[in-house]
Amino acid sequence: MSTPADVIRLPSPPPRFAAFRGIRFRFGDFPLIPIVILGVIALVAIFANQLAPHNPEVGTLTARFKPPFWLGGGTTEYLLGTDQLGRDVLSRLIFGARVSMVVGITAVMFAGMLGTTLGILSGYLGGWVDQVIMRLTDAWLALPALVFAIFLAAIVGPSMWNIVMILGAVYWTRYARVIRGEVLSLKEREFVRLAIVAGCSKRTIMLRHILPNVINSAIVIATLMLGVVIIAEASLSFLGVGVPPPEPAWGLMLSDGKQGLMVGYWWLTVFPGTCIVLMVLSANVLGDWLRVKLDPQLRQL
Amino acid sequence: MTNAPLLELDNLSTHYVSAQGTRVVRAVDEVSLRLYPGETLGIVGESGSGKSTLALTILRVLPPAARIVSGRMLFEGEDLVTKSDDEMRQVRGKRIAMILQDPMASLNPLFSIGDQVGEPIRVHEGASRASAWERACNLLKAVRIPSPETRLTQFPHEMSGGMRQRIVGAIGIACEPRLLIADEPTTSLDLTIQAQYLKLLGDLQREHGLALIFITHNLGIVAKMCDQLAVMYAGRVVESGPVSRVFNAPAHPYTKALLNSIPRMGDPDQRLTAIDGQPPDLSVLPPGCSFAPRCPQVMPRCRDVAPPPFAPEEGRVARCWLAEPVAASPELRIASGVV
Repeated sequence: MSTPADVIRLPSPPPRFAAFRGIRFRFGDFPLIPIVILGVIALVAIFANQLAPHNPEVGTLTARFKPPFWLGGGTTEYLLGTDQLGRDVLSRLIFGARVSMVVGITAVMFAGMLGTTLGILSGYLGGWVDQVIMRLTDAWLALPALVFAIFLAAIVGPSMWNIVMILGAVYWTRYARVIRGEVLSLKEREFVRLAIVAGCSKRTIMLRHILPNVINSAIVIATLMLGVVIIAEASLSFLGVGVPPPEPAWGLMLSDGKQGLMVGYWWLTVFPGTCIVLMVLSANVLGDWLRVKLDPQLRQL
Repeated sequence: MTNAPLLELDNLSTHYVSAQGTRVVRAVDEVSLRLYPGETLGIVGESGSGKSTLALTILRVLPPAARIVSGRMLFEGEDLVTKSDDEMRQVRGKRIAMILQDPMASLNPLFSIGDQVGEPIRVHEGASRASAWERACNLLKAVRIPSPETRLTQFPHEMSGGMRQRIVGAIGIACEPRLLIADEPTTSLDLTIQAQYLKLLGDLQREHGLALIFITHNLGIVAKMCDQLAVMYAGRVVESGPVSRVFNAPAHPYTKALLNSIPRMGDPDQRLTAIDGQPPDLSVLPPGCSFAPRCPQVMPRCRDVAPPPFAPEEGRVARCWLAEPVAASPELRIASGVV
């Protein structure tokens, strides 16, 4: 049993990020359908160039308002029909997935970084730092998010990356609030005290002891926020202050197609609408499941 | 004593001040103690007598409401009270380490044992992760953890309570401090593990030449582990001195009462003796001796004037009028304004 004292075979340090250790992913309640849907949308977004049959931004004016192929007048060339400029709806949906994915993920990450940083600073440092950050958060939460986003978008002008920054700047408060609360309880835990007593600096404690312990919560908020952010992006595009027109965004497609709805061109709005619903629903179901899985109170060890 | 004391507390007071400044709680009041290298000092007292605050004061990790209002703390000749926060950080963990009240919760659940034991080494010596792991391995061996190589990669939830405790001990001695403060390190353990852990602390102390401050309720542990004893009551050290002499002839009625309240084996008819009354509210202390309301040997002047520290014997101190040396009494009475 005993190993000789002079021969110490040291195992290599395991990856430090251990937030996911000890969680059992049981198959029974695994949200398979949402993951498949999100996976398909992600794959479509990545391989949009290879998958799209037509250029999403250039139409053929002679082929305007073609219905989907299974209806009279439809052709298999335009599987889901064409819009008022003769652009292929399917190709626009495929490239629109890219916009939704990129905006959704980067805006959620941007908001997450901003909110988590401010939340940790606020909770750990306390005092006037906490007061300033929390009153700022209160002020932020008092503004209607979408109106605030429209206001910001009107200032900086429409573009995809501006939308990412705007949504990040609007939605960081949710992270800051939750993370601050967690930090307040974490900083009273004995292991943080031990770190103080061991001579760690505030920076080290926040980065090495607090941050890894709040990552779980940040991930859960991020998945729950994904749906919110995608809806917000679609709303901004629909209102004409989001992704600028030639680019194919789902919200923009809804906006473009809404006149056609009155005269029976339903495919212009139903398909992008369905895509938004499926994506948002999947993100929310996945977020809920993750919340339950990562909640240490509900987790079985 | 030929060598200089490792830690010398001189008239040290730490008060908690309420937000409006109206209530002042004298958690540590005029404490003077000396600790020599390699010695063990036991600090005993009831809950709320200021033991833990004293420990936090030495490391200067007090909660925001607490202030060190007076006194000096000389550690290896340097005054810790006047050090800057950055200088204090160099002391904490490296020269003075501490084991907290609940070692079971002292480990971060997300880091491997190797990372946590190695942390002070990395913080204070700038060691690389790999070399800190190597040192951590030897430390685990020092605290008698079997197969330390595999334990390094494991996480706190994979350990038993006794093991976690020993790991916290390993973190404490990681940078080879001169002084280790253990704040009730055994309260959450069962008796057999307690005994093992105390033996381990004793061994570590001998091997590394540590001075140890042991904060506890348990007089049995003090008798077994400590060279020096300090009894705290209402923020003050009411009696201090070498353990054997204090135990054999306690000078302060409070110490006597504490020793009487230890249950003895083999006498089924004996009832447990308790000290009558409650410990005082530290924000509204009586004008005289704070133990006077509960003291069985109380005298009229105890209620009016708090006794200064007397030395009943060489190396002992008691804050009680009963310990007043007869020959010295006139001057002392004049000095303390009694007459």
